[in-house]
Amino acid sequence: MLEAHELAAQRGRARLFEGLSFRVDAGTALVITGANGTGKTTLLRMLAGLSAPAHGEIRWLGRSCAAFDAELRASLAFAGHAPALKDELTAEENLAVLLALAGESVAPAAFESALGAVALGAKRMLPARVLSQGQRRRIGLARLLLLNRPLWILDEPVTALDSAGIAMLAEIVAGHLDRGGIAVAATHAPLSLPAVRVRSLELA
Amino acid sequence: MTREADSPPVSTAAGAVLPGVRWALVRDLRIALRSRSELAVQLLFYVIVVALFPLSTTPERNLLSTMGPGVLWVAALLASLLSLPRLFAADYADGTLEQIALSPYPLEALVSGKILAHWLTTGLPVALLAPLLGVQYQMDGESLAVLAAALLIGTPILSLLGAIGAALTLGLRAGGSLLALLILPLYVPVLIFGAGSVDAARSGLGATANLSLLTAGLIIAVVGAPFAAATAVRIALD
Repeated sequence: MLEAHELAAQRGRARLFEGLSFRVDAGTALVITGANGTGKTTLLRMLAGLSAPAHGEIRWLGRSCAAFDAELRASLAFAGHAPALKDELTAEENLAVLLALAGESVAPAAFESALGAVALGAKRMLPARVLSQGQRRRIGLARLLLLNRPLWILDEPVTALDSAGIAMLAEIVAGHLDRGGIAVAATHAPLSLPAVRVRSLELA
Repeated sequence: MTREADSPPVSTAAGAVLPGVRWALVRDLRIALRSRSELAVQLLFYVIVVALFPLSTTPERNLLSTMGPGVLWVAALLASLLSLPRLFAADYADGTLEQIALSPYPLEALVSGKILAHWLTTGLPVALLAPLLGVQYQMDGESLAVLAAALLIGTPILSLLGAIGAALTLGLRAGGSLLALLILPLYVPVLIFGAGSVDAARSGLGATANLSLLTAGLIIAVVGAPFAAATAVRIALD
């Protein structure tokens, strides 16, 4: 269970939002919408513990978390604007390196099947440099498939994905919710998730 | 889909330090090996800077052997400075640094691994090349040995201090030149004791005092710099 209590964000002199409170229970997704510059990314980075709120607090499993909280880090899968891929490494090496960084021990065969599941099976030995933006995003989807974390925070996850990729993303997120996970996503395009599991929040 | 449901969670206790260092070291070395040309350019820069000085002065034996250690040290500082932006800037730009900061491994351990990889790919080759380049300056065998020893102890300090500056200047415009202004003054003590060790050996005083002071500096930097650099990375991401 992820809770935000009276959150406020400041960028320079401008208040992006204040008095923001919500609760996301296990098995539900929070979809954040809003125009550009309303603080969607700022809010997601706060929830991920990458930046400290100007006011208010974030509670994970009932416990208040400061920025870079160790327990929150161990429960979190964060997918930011940039896909965190190295051009020099192949798709499969990138995936392996990111999972090792998350401290997950994954059997080598699992990388192949996860990349196959996002339709990159044939490209897994290619350096990330030659992959398209959408294909790079799909490596991020494969990472979510393998990461065993209850809390997913996704910043604009549909960017650069084609319609098949967006359907794949919706399916992966739905599977995560079915297992009792939590997903918080900022997105423009609506995700086709089961309506009962989705709460939405519009930043103005 | 294959999921390892019961993979052991990483604790943030001391047991996670070594795996964290190893992850960063192995990854950075692997990426460095894939972009070897960049490393070669840096080493070539070092060799060329060192080779320019004898051409620009009178090739007199005494003059060359006196200024040799200083020139080699200054070139080592510049080579280290040139390679510092690579330490964090690429990871910052492509989002990897966020993932590094959110990893369950301690950030200090991951930063230490990156610094170690930086030294292995820049400081170590510089120190190993120094005796070869020193021959150009008519330095004798003992001076060359002392110079190499001083560089082996001193170049890790350059990487450690440089990492703090590289992290502090992340995301700033003109970060590169600011980094030089910030870090070069901190390099001065290393330069004085490093270049001074060869002079001390030549004058018969022995290089032990200088090398001991460099070693003390290295120990302090190893203990302190990863914490300072990790804090600076967290600030840069905020």
